[in-house]
Amino acid sequence: MSRPLKQIHLAAHFPGVNNTTVWSDPEAGSHIEFASFAHFARTAERAKFDFLFLAEGLRLREHGGRIYDLDVVGRPDTFTVLAALAAVTEHLGLTGTINSTFNEPYEVARQFASLDHLSGGRSAWNVVTSWDAFTGENFRRGGFLPQEERYSRAKEFLATAQELFDSWHGDEILADQASGEFLRDARAGSFVHTGQHFDIHGRFNVPRSPQGRPVVFQAGDSEEGREFAASAADAIFSRHATLDEGRAFYTDVKNRLAKYGRTPDQLLILPAASFALADTDAEAEELARIVRRRQVSGATALKHLEFVWNRDLSSYDPDGPLPDIDPDVSDHHIAKGRAQVRMYRDPLATAREWRELAAAHHWSIRDLVIHTGNRQNFIGSPQTIARTINEYVQSDASDGFILVPHITPTGLDAFADKVVPLLQEQGVFRTEYEGPTLRHQLGLAHPDDDSARRVA
Amino acid sequence: MSPSPALSSALHLAVALDGTGWHPASWREPVARPRELFTAGYWADLVAEAERGLLDFVTIEDGLGPQSSHALDPDERTDQVRGRLDAVLIASRVAPLTRHIGLVPTAVVTHTEPFHLSKAIATLDYVSTGRAGLRVQITARPNEAAHFGRRTVPRIETYDSPVVADLFDEAADHVEAVRRLWDSWEDDAEIRDAATGRFVDRDKLHHIDFEGKHFSVKGPSITPRPPQGQPLVTALGHQSVPYRFIARQADIGHITPQDTDQARAIVAEIRAEQESAGRSGELLHLFGDMEVFLDDDPAEAAARRDRLDTLAGEPYRSDARVFTGTPAQLADLLTEFREAGLTGFRLRPAVLGHDLPAITRGLVPELQRRGAFRTAYESGTLRGLLGFRRPANRYAATSA
Repeated sequence: MSRPLKQIHLAAHFPGVNNTTVWSDPEAGSHIEFASFAHFARTAERAKFDFLFLAEGLRLREHGGRIYDLDVVGRPDTFTVLAALAAVTEHLGLTGTINSTFNEPYEVARQFASLDHLSGGRSAWNVVTSWDAFTGENFRRGGFLPQEERYSRAKEFLATAQELFDSWHGDEILADQASGEFLRDARAGSFVHTGQHFDIHGRFNVPRSPQGRPVVFQAGDSEEGREFAASAADAIFSRHATLDEGRAFYTDVKNRLAKYGRTPDQLLILPAASFALADTDAEAEELARIVRRRQVSGATALKHLEFVWNRDLSSYDPDGPLPDIDPDVSDHHIAKGRAQVRMYRDPLATAREWRELAAAHHWSIRDLVIHTGNRQNFIGSPQTIARTINEYVQSDASDGFILVPHITPTGLDAFADKVVPLLQEQGVFRTEYEGPTLRHQLGLAHPDDDSARRVA
Repeated sequence: MSPSPALSSALHLAVALDGTGWHPASWREPVARPRELFTAGYWADLVAEAERGLLDFVTIEDGLGPQSSHALDPDERTDQVRGRLDAVLIASRVAPLTRHIGLVPTAVVTHTEPFHLSKAIATLDYVSTGRAGLRVQITARPNEAAHFGRRTVPRIETYDSPVVADLFDEAADHVEAVRRLWDSWEDDAEIRDAATGRFVDRDKLHHIDFEGKHFSVKGPSITPRPPQGQPLVTALGHQSVPYRFIARQADIGHITPQDTDQARAIVAEIRAEQESAGRSGELLHLFGDMEVFLDDDPAEAAARRDRLDTLAGEPYRSDARVFTGTPAQLADLLTEFREAGLTGFRLRPAVLGHDLPAITRGLVPELQRRGAFRTAYESGTLRGLLGFRRPANRYAATSA
């Protein structure tokens, strides 16, 4: 291989509201105080990470008709906390997950354009879709969207927002105090959009922001999601962090770009990845084992089994054998407001397979859930983790990773101090930020670069 | 310096931030920074100046369309500031850079979601550690409705139309839903109980089940109860319908009396509405809005106003009283209005770059000399600065 080494992109996912996050660790801090977000963001910036990533869910999860209480519950408003983080960082990108179903393009476009101005060009939007009436109950328009229309609404939402961002070109504001001309163009921000989901017109009221448009992420993994990303996204937040799956996904998605007139470098593949880091590989393996056990308490194990069985299993002992009864395969589902329930498409087969596994290994319910759950993607000493990440990126399993620590807010500290310097020594990770905007860090062109409008 | 004692003659002061100032030609003054309007540094400097003057809070104007010289329609003027950033995000961007001053962004509630607004202001309260407020505004502009495309707003002739009354009723529902969502988590809902593996006590999280004429909201919020419990809600009103809204739902009403007689009449009307809404025991501040041209020499203030009017091509008109004069004269006037029943003022600097420092460095020391304004911040929260206790949670009371 003679091609030059790829530069790795790294991002930091603020620990989320699922059982990856170990809130019971003595070191675990607040998930809502701003000081936690500020610490996390400053650590990411100290390590020269590309960006910070925030997930979002617009209704608290429920299980068996009650609010799910075993994981972290509660998070801030995405835009508001990102705007505050812009005040305590200078270069770090600020990526927010914003739903295209329970928002309107005019409002979201003004929030992203405002965030981009207020951060000096560091905003990014992870576009997600949902359709469920459960979440819709929190919104005045309710659960209005048929599932099969969620991507068509998301695509039109994004396209409409892009039209709003583009309704200002960047040269309208003269602010000439002598002549008294503030605007060059009396109709600056004019737009008309007529489509299946949106029929709006008027004038957008936020002038062109430093990045032109925020960087766009897409997170869906379905056929439709991949196509959407290939047509309209700058980066994909994927779940395929193993080497083989990652390479297959990478090749698949990058091959879709040509038909949209795009080149492979215009779409970054950035899987989410967890890690267990210690001084030696043996210590890291032991740490990984301990963390997985903390991530899956007995109570959590029973709830995860309920995702498959779809029944109340609270009378079972998590340290005992798996249930003999079969899953309930009716339409009613015990868990609401989360994605996992859709992972098990054939619960009877999964239950059979799990019983066989447990019997063969003498596993209890909790053992089974721990062993069938996700292992940390990267486990090892700083040298091992740096080498592995670099191998993944150089062999095109990804363009980098969005790291998901299991401790808030200090879970990134050791990675910043010990792994990043090794990647820098290998010449595959920046030692200084490339420029002021997130587009600079990600190597993405400004949207005006290929247009005649670009003056500079 | 120790905090000043709570004087009965003490008044509260806020400033209203909008563009380069409230005069439409303000951007042409040499002290204005019109090219920096869309940068964080511009807003950070303004709020830092307001905090230097120990002011209670700043409000930040906003709107769901470009500014216009017409009440209900867009215009195509190129000689005035057009375009603005989201006010909640400006407030949040400056919060970590300030420590005491209250941050009260404007939010339009006509086309927006109570669920989003509630968590946004709760988050502003977290990032400012207890200094968030919310200035509620409606819009009856047909062009702004067309930006959302979800409904049309019937065209009105004047602001005493029944259409406006309905928009305020909807706003009252919106604020009710926002407030319930703030309370939808009890303060001690997060328990981190390692023994049972529970992060929260779900008996302390509440569905709000708001059902109104225009919408319903289930809850609970995704954001825990904010540090202040209930961030402060403010609203501007010019007539009976908004006065009733203020009396029912606000903690601070901004009103626009031209003289002390009008001030007495408006205060009496709102206090009567407050009583009939069953809130007579509750603290409700009534702040006078006033536009200010402040200079040490009254002739200079008048000349500055004339100069700006000439640049604008027309005399300056405002919904609020316009004051032109010295800090001492303004202090006299505020004292008179204070005696007419107002508890504070929201000053609208004609030119922010000039009149904001004239407030913080001229008016404030003048009021301090008279024992009518604080000499140090006496609280770290906006509620504290304005004499509000942290409220009990409505759901904790019923579930106890």
